[in-house]
Amino acid sequence: MTRSPAITVRDLRVRRGGNLVLDRLSLEVAGGSVTGLLGPSGSGKSTLLRAIVGVQIVDAGEIVVLGRPAGSPELRSRVGYVTQAPSVYGDLTVRENLRYFGAILGVEAARIEEAIDEVDLRSQAGQRVDRLSGGQRARVSLATALLNRPELLVLDEPTVGLDPVLRRDLWALFHTLAEGGATLLVSSHVMDEAERCDWLLLLRGGDLLASLTPSELRERTGERDLEAAFLSLAESA
Amino acid sequence: MSGRVAGATAARVLRQLRHDPRTVALVLGVPVVLVTLIKYVFSGSPVFDRIGGPLLGVFPLISMFVVTSITMLRERTTGTLERLMTLPLAKLDLLAGYAGAFAMLAAAQAAVVSAVAFWLLDLHVAGASWAVLLLAVANALLGSSLGLFVSAFARTEFQAVQFLPAFVFPQLLLCGLLTPRERMARWLEILSWGLPLTYAYDALDRTTRAVYGGRLAADVAVVLGLAALALLAGAATLRRRTP
Repeated sequence: MTRSPAITVRDLRVRRGGNLVLDRLSLEVAGGSVTGLLGPSGSGKSTLLRAIVGVQIVDAGEIVVLGRPAGSPELRSRVGYVTQAPSVYGDLTVRENLRYFGAILGVEAARIEEAIDEVDLRSQAGQRVDRLSGGQRARVSLATALLNRPELLVLDEPTVGLDPVLRRDLWALFHTLAEGGATLLVSSHVMDEAERCDWLLLLRGGDLLASLTPSELRERTGERDLEAAFLSLAESA
Repeated sequence: MSGRVAGATAARVLRQLRHDPRTVALVLGVPVVLVTLIKYVFSGSPVFDRIGGPLLGVFPLISMFVVTSITMLRERTTGTLERLMTLPLAKLDLLAGYAGAFAMLAAAQAAVVSAVAFWLLDLHVAGASWAVLLLAVANALLGSSLGLFVSAFARTEFQAVQFLPAFVFPQLLLCGLLTPRERMARWLEILSWGLPLTYAYDALDRTTRAVYGGRLAADVAVVLGLAALALLAGAATLRRRTP
């Protein structure tokens, strides 16, 4: 990794509901990259992301985010977080939702309209969120995190249930943001998304299987298909 | 804490209400129906004039308790609370925003039911009607704060609704509305001193009978103090980190 890490996790241990979800997990996420956190459901991806944004009670370990301990008050305006289930108000319109989150983040009104365009919801801007499709709701949730152009974006399965065109556009947006200096950590359980990442963190059963680029993953396993490469890696581990 | 974020939160809650006209209609309409019923159920007796006035200020406490606890519970269960806790928003901003929005709704509720009671139902009270309205808003703040606090102890909306009979109904029975407290068994009277609604009712009762003085001021101070206390207790139940 060339740049200094945006996130450093050391010996993280998290217990949820009596189960040890993460145990002595250590990893780094490079600044200015689009890093994919991939693994099957139940592998601890969401728990790790929650710990990084500072909403998860952790049992042990250290997480440094943008030079600060995870969950520090000053990180609240520097880190954007999109939960797996869209966390926006269903009984407000798209624009009303963004206005509220914008007011908390202290952004200009013009920025709200820009964010609406970034997630391609211009024609739904005046509609109530609970009347939108699941994919559209997910995009409203994403837009709230884009509003203040945070230095780090933590996205939990942001492209689930989206059509291929929209997925391509959102990944293009992620890369544009990274080129502008932002760091993106994006989780997914769909391996074909791995192709679109600069760097991959492969998680299984709470363990880090590998931290490498997509082409390194192919080389190491001799598989062309990333899904097959993941399986081969998981079985040899 | 910043007034700007609290104001934005209040505006957001009011916008949510605007998208839910049925709830607003129920909040405004149900007290009118109940007061009308009391007037005719007790026709020919002085009951309406005795409890009608205080009731105008009790409705907001009950409605806002329910509305606030359900709204806050929804905020917890839909993940928006967790999302807000990752943002630069102070817990008190959120709670003050809620309290502000619901105090406004309560003021509208109290104004509507008071207008009907005084002008259409010919309710007579000795005290000033504007003072009853102010007390109604203070009680709404108390109801909202208590609702915010107890919402932390409900996992589902079913449970939250049950908090009304569990927390509020005993207080209604003991506050002096149905029977003067000094005529209750001694242990019930002592118990009533520990309940918030007792002070809310006492203030309303004194105001409608135009018995102004130190006791009334003390009642109002207790109501507002308890509202602030419940709000702080509510803030303590909002956690940035959860298991």
